[in-house]
Amino acid sequence: MGFTSSNQHLLSKIATSLGHGEESPYFDGWKAYDKDPFNPTQNPNGVIQMGLAENPLCFDLIQEWIKKNPKASICTAEGVDEFKDIAIFQDYHGLPEFRNAVAKFMGRARGGRVTFDPDRIVMSGGATGANELIAFCLADPGDAFLVPSPYYPAFDRDLKWRTGVQLVPVPCHSSNDFKITKAALETAYEKAQEANIKVKGLIITNPSNPLGTILDRETLRTLVSFINEKNIHLICDEIYAATVFTDSNFVSIAEILSEDIACNRDLIHIVYSLSKDMGLPGFRVGIVYSYNDEVVNSGRKMSSYGLVSTQTQHLIASMLLDEEFTERFIIESAKRLATRHGVFTRGLAKVNIDCLNSNAGLFCWMDLHRLLKESTVEAELALWRLIIHEVKLNVSPGSSFHCSEPGWFRVCFANMDEETMEVALQRIHTFVHQKETVVPTKNKKLWRSNLRTLSFSSRRLGLDEVALMSPHSPIPHSPLLHART
Amino acid sequence: MGFTSSNQHHLLSKIATNDRHGENSPYFDGWKAYDSDPFSPTHNPHGVIQMGLAENLLCFDLIQDWIKKNPKASICSREGVDGFKDIAIFQDYHGLPDFRKAVAKFMGRVRGGRVTFNPDRIVMSGGATGANEVIAFCLADPGDAFLVPTPYYPAFDRDLGWRAGVQLVPVACDSSNDFKITEAALEAAYEQAQDANIKVKGLLITNPSNPLGTIFDRETLRSLVSFINKKNIHLICDEIYTATVFSEPNFVSIAEIIEEDMECNRDLIHIVYSLSKDMGLPGFRVGIVYSYNDAVVNCGRKMSSFGLVSTQTQHLIASMLLDDEFVERFVAESAKRLAIRHKAFTMGLLQVRISCLKSNAGLFCWMNLRRLLNESTVEAELALWRLIIDEVKLNVSPGSSFHCSEPGWFRVCFANMDDDTMEVAIRRIQTFVQRKEAVLVAGN
Repeated sequence: MGFTSSNQHLLSKIATSLGHGEESPYFDGWKAYDKDPFNPTQNPNGVIQMGLAENPLCFDLIQEWIKKNPKASICTAEGVDEFKDIAIFQDYHGLPEFRNAVAKFMGRARGGRVTFDPDRIVMSGGATGANELIAFCLADPGDAFLVPSPYYPAFDRDLKWRTGVQLVPVPCHSSNDFKITKAALETAYEKAQEANIKVKGLIITNPSNPLGTILDRETLRTLVSFINEKNIHLICDEIYAATVFTDSNFVSIAEILSEDIACNRDLIHIVYSLSKDMGLPGFRVGIVYSYNDEVVNSGRKMSSYGLVSTQTQHLIASMLLDEEFTERFIIESAKRLATRHGVFTRGLAKVNIDCLNSNAGLFCWMDLHRLLKESTVEAELALWRLIIHEVKLNVSPGSSFHCSEPGWFRVCFANMDEETMEVALQRIHTFVHQKETVVPTKNKKLWRSNLRTLSFSSRRLGLDEVALMSPHSPIPHSPLLHART
Repeated sequence: MGFTSSNQHHLLSKIATNDRHGENSPYFDGWKAYDSDPFSPTHNPHGVIQMGLAENLLCFDLIQDWIKKNPKASICSREGVDGFKDIAIFQDYHGLPDFRKAVAKFMGRVRGGRVTFNPDRIVMSGGATGANEVIAFCLADPGDAFLVPTPYYPAFDRDLGWRAGVQLVPVACDSSNDFKITEAALEAAYEQAQDANIKVKGLLITNPSNPLGTIFDRETLRSLVSFINKKNIHLICDEIYTATVFSEPNFVSIAEIIEEDMECNRDLIHIVYSLSKDMGLPGFRVGIVYSYNDAVVNCGRKMSSFGLVSTQTQHLIASMLLDDEFVERFVAESAKRLAIRHKAFTMGLLQVRISCLKSNAGLFCWMNLRRLLNESTVEAELALWRLIIDEVKLNVSPGSSFHCSEPGWFRVCFANMDDDTMEVAIRRIQTFVQRKEAVLVAGN
């Protein structure tokens, strides 16, 4: 299915460009997994998928709720009388109860510290559609958004591909735990100005993908101050809001707004979805929430290109209006994520592999720079290919997230059962031991002193002896073809 | 919620601040009238009757009946909930294999089994709205154009033009030959575009036609295929009303034509489809792009990420459309009921000598009110239209909103209401026409 030369002429520039992003090495890991997927019984030596930020840990809670609430479905005996009204409803405002429910849930996922207005809820085709929609509303082709790196690889497709918008990275470094600094923002902004690129906004992901960290209040205020000063937009992708799994309270931009009245609210927009917080990526529930009335208006008209199926709106509305359920779900989900995160990071720590200290997300930001031959992207990709082909783990190399420092890898820990994670950890242990025995002598001393430093590093997460054995998870291996993001 | 000063214009994109979403068109005034005063037989018998919405409400009993008998089609029923997780986490843009298979099968069946469709060419989109936009993004650059025969579906302007930036160059059709597309009209439109330095990338047809309700004959389709091959431009066929064909002659899909025509470059042929009209399920946003061009399938599939069909819905639709016996029965019964509605409506109009364009498909009639116009102008048509909304209390759609070159035609939908309401609507039209004609006669 390749291009013929006449096809190049026949199709649009957008269609023949590589703006879809799938040529990136990021997808090589996918291909390796697809060809040789791990299965505990049928393919125990296959590739384990650790590149997919999915959250399947709480499906038991959801399935239980569904069994108890048949009216949430328009297909059960109890709910089918509503089928017609729901199936013919195509108003892009969405079902009122859907908007109410989502607004309510967004508030609850932020600990009730802020409330959201249902009339500002705009639907989109997943967060993918939401990101694109925001770009179409705020920027003209050629305009740019600043984006702190490392960032979610698909931003390149979502924000740029069909919109023609550019992304200008704001590099962040491990020296300060990848925090965004005002200096870095100013530098990136000026660089854009010098290249005659019009910056229309700053897009942040909070909690961060791939870092799993949350932005502190001070940083958020700095960002708000920066964008007001430059009169540019602030887009906050808060898709991981409810994946915060320890006590540090997540501070949403909504909270900052409720405190800081010196901000021009027309500049503030939130992108949200139920794909991560609730683990329902198949349902394509994307949300654009803007404090700018015109963006709401315009975005709503654009939502016609990617409305949420009313069958799904109806189900989600019922589920999220059940406050007792959502309260319980959010707490339990956080608990299970915390447990997973703990097991995984401790398992890594046993072979002296650090992860960035994090308290959110469905992944760890793993530091393997000491295993690199040299501190380059090439060395990182070489190590990565080794991990895929020999260790048989699909992890994601930092370079695919545009990280400026080689050696970091994002590893997802929520999308598998406990036994599989056990196998993954064992493979990592084996690999690290092997790799370290072949580290050249001249580096060994350095390595050892680093190791000592690491022993006392505040970034370490403890060396508890944790029983990694667990009963076999009832979650079956899916026979279905798996996702690509 | 208006604009504040120049601030917004500076802050937002050109797309967000222009008019190409199309909602400032008078087309929507009828909507507003309906929204503020909707007809209800019991609560508001003098309210506005909605006849501007091309919905297909006639066969929900069949669908609800099927659903009650097939609980496993739902991931929320007791019988189906064990499948919930796998469905809810599936986000592959290829879609559930069963979904693609089921849609391909259904598409073949509504074409009387005369052609088959390849499930691997089925690409999802956010309704037909999303499908039209995906096609535009794949085939044309901003500023490029598609030829489109008039009258055409008003929202094409938004679907293709708003974010994708594609222009529409009208190919004028008129009642002198029942609005058929002629080669002369195509050539004229194409040349006009060339002269204006506009690059034409394709021809977009809707077959069966909205708003005409007619189907293309074989000869016309062949001449279109010949035309686009000659110019090396794409042919996009919106076949969203395929299963609404309710009487002879049989619908001929572009799929049939290219099966017969060995010389056609298949890379130029694309079909847009949806379940919103044929099955009456617009809320479910099941849009489909079916292309014979491999690169378009590939690219379109990547783009479908912006508007995938909810897997909950994919799963339901897959089960439903894989049930051959149900599909067969549904398609036959739907056509029957549409035929009855169409007949009742057109006969009611004939009683006051109002004719409609002869049609055998769609959810509407193309009603000829030219003789009620004071003069043959768009202004007169819109004046008549406002009268119909405000006095007759019917929301019908004026031909000018479909870019019709001849004033006086109106699209009237007949499948989105119950029999009693249609009775009321017909009576109101009859009363209005009789009064108007008395006035016209008196004026003479």
